[in-house]
Amino acid sequence: MYKEILQGIENIAVWPMISFVIFFLFFLCLLWYVFTVDKKFIDEMKQLPLRDSETANIKTIMP
Amino acid sequence: MELDRFSYDNKVVKAFIIATVVFGLVGMLVGLTAAIQLFYPIFNFDTPYTTFGRIRPLHTNAIIFAFVGNAMFAGIYYSLQRLLKARMFSDTLSWIHFWGWQFIILAAAISLPLGMTTSKEYAELEWPIDIAITIIWVVFGWNMIGTIIKRRERHMYVAIWFYIATFITVAVLHLVNSYEIPVNLFKSYSGYAGVQDALVQWWYGHNAVAFFLTTPYLGMMYYFLPKAANRPVYSYKLSIIHFWSLIFIYIWAGPHHLLYTSLPDWAQSLGVVFSIMLIAPSWGGMLNGLMTLRGAWDRVREEPVLKFMVVAVTAYGMATLEGPLLSLKSVNAIAHFTDWIVAHVHVGGLGWNGFLIFGILYWMVPRMWDTRLYSTRLANIHFWLGTLGILFYALPMYVSGVVQSLMWKEFNAEGFLVYKNFLETTVQILPLHMLRAVGGALYLSGAIIMTYNLIRTAKAGIFIANEPAEAPPLTKLYKTPASGGWHYRLLEHKPVLFTVLSLVAILIGGVIEMVPTFLIKSNIPTISSVTPYSPLELHGRDIYIREGCVNCHTQMVRPFRSETERYGEYSKAGEYVYDHPFLWGSKRTGPDLQRLSGKYSNAWHYNHLLAPDAVSTGSIMPPYPWLFEQSIDKDQTAPKITALRRVGVPYELNYESVANDVLEVQANEIVANLKVDGIEVMPETEIVALIAYLQRLGKDIKGKKTEEIKSH
Repeated sequence: MYKEILQGIENIAVWPMISFVIFFLFFLCLLWYVFTVDKKFIDEMKQLPLRDSETANIKTIMP
Repeated sequence: MELDRFSYDNKVVKAFIIATVVFGLVGMLVGLTAAIQLFYPIFNFDTPYTTFGRIRPLHTNAIIFAFVGNAMFAGIYYSLQRLLKARMFSDTLSWIHFWGWQFIILAAAISLPLGMTTSKEYAELEWPIDIAITIIWVVFGWNMIGTIIKRRERHMYVAIWFYIATFITVAVLHLVNSYEIPVNLFKSYSGYAGVQDALVQWWYGHNAVAFFLTTPYLGMMYYFLPKAANRPVYSYKLSIIHFWSLIFIYIWAGPHHLLYTSLPDWAQSLGVVFSIMLIAPSWGGMLNGLMTLRGAWDRVREEPVLKFMVVAVTAYGMATLEGPLLSLKSVNAIAHFTDWIVAHVHVGGLGWNGFLIFGILYWMVPRMWDTRLYSTRLANIHFWLGTLGILFYALPMYVSGVVQSLMWKEFNAEGFLVYKNFLETTVQILPLHMLRAVGGALYLSGAIIMTYNLIRTAKAGIFIANEPAEAPPLTKLYKTPASGGWHYRLLEHKPVLFTVLSLVAILIGGVIEMVPTFLIKSNIPTISSVTPYSPLELHGRDIYIREGCVNCHTQMVRPFRSETERYGEYSKAGEYVYDHPFLWGSKRTGPDLQRLSGKYSNAWHYNHLLAPDAVSTGSIMPPYPWLFEQSIDKDQTAPKITALRRVGVPYELNYESVANDVLEVQANEIVANLKVDGIEVMPETEIVALIAYLQRLGKDIKGKKTEEIKSH
């Protein structure tokens, strides 16, 4: 069954190229993002795991 | 703003922790048994249910899905609630997930020893269990996404991205690889054949390691390591790059499990290139973990939790460097099919997964029971036993792998194989296998000490079933901060879109890898002399699958002189077009069987399967006495043929009605042949069917010239 569906796809050879371009562009954007993003925001994100027990819990359970 | 008061569900986390510990001990014990069977075959106990071929998948499934799986759910349920400042979406779903998963494990623990297996590694469970896995996995995802949607923390921390990627990718892998046609309630045939089945299976197998054993644990590393070290992750920016590049690249690398096989060359090269690229994100993640401890290394000396985590992250780094190196064709030529691979996966399993789990358990249990760890000293003893266990496991296996491989490939001055008898190479490595079992025993004893320590800890404290918490609710009028940038606005702020895009990222690799092999005819050249299996051979093949022969014997002669000299003509893609499922195997504890046809007499096979050691002195193969008592079920002949025709094997129309007659003719021939050698056997005995299959292996192209095979 899957063969019939897949055989309908034309120009399959161009797929790897497209996917590489998608990946590469996404990766460039990602690099650009992490180099330009506001440091304050990153610092805030960094603190998330540490903040959960300090601000959210009524009862701290640290021994 | 008014604060919401709510509580975190610790009860389900506790249930998953108990399951983790129990199944961890069971899985390791089964593994130790399998390890001992390889040098003392008597420990196969001469029963069908306890032979290595059935025990080995039980071990891998127990460790992957029961031990690592339950620990993953415990870690995710614990960290997800706290990172999102919300209780799990639905307690009912949590408990359906928990009990459903344990039910699946129970079904696996019963069905695998009974010989119900698809034979595809880490996907051995038969189709009804596959359906159950699908349902429970959806429940897990529903519960998780639901929690994310009703969260009180606007930002999604990077750990949650890893959890989302785990959920969607495992779903895709499981669905695609489990495409199978049922014969009856307990038996199915893979929808794919030969090379295609192998490609799908190792796309699955490789990414099961990636998205079941790695991504959820990376998420947990990003949560628990900062918690245990009490300092934020070294670089959050690096973790963003780590995440996206890892999920983009990992999915492509599956074909590195099939180097030098009949897989088309371009697909092999693709696998190699992406495997090498994988070093970058993997090591980025490892360094991020280790650097988090910057300035806190003094605490690593005192805190067992951190000790376990440091070794775990280091083992992750070792395994993820070794993996890409093993995928270089020149290295793979030596390492593949040997104990080297066993060492490699256990550095990952014992070191990365095991030690991270232990560290997290030592961290979570005292907090959930509002107390201190019962004994730091015992935890330290566990740490050293575990570390020694890993070393005693891995080092002998590395040596064993290289020794055996070199022996397989050694030629004398006259150009003949020095160790023509495969058994010589097996006997040579037995002392190393004994050392490996010592390593396994050390590791297991450490885990037993941990169990005692955790039980005493829990007894000393009071369990907090519902941990109270409060946090402000999210408001609808929220404006995304400019500081977050496009990545945040587009992705992290929108969990559903994020999920879809991660899905796209992993689908791209999967599709490119597989579609061409399915479509382009030149990828699998057909060979006109290759015909479907006869009904008797089909029964024999299913016995071969049931007994798990594929766990020790490959059916893939690689194009090396050392292999063509030993086994015969190298394997061609076209030989496997009717193999549902493929049985190439991944480990040669015994010799390859692809060219077995005609190599030995029927009587030899009869005697060998009854008492391998009597025929080949020193053989570690277990005896199979039950094959001489049990009969094949001829009522299943017709459904088997119908099922295979549905997946594309060209049995003639109405072949079902004559199939059993054909079967009897072939069985009687074998019985008559055995009688010449003084062996009396009933034609419907299972051994007759198995002999028919073994004598068929490689027969199709035997005696034909390479040009003839290639010309079609």
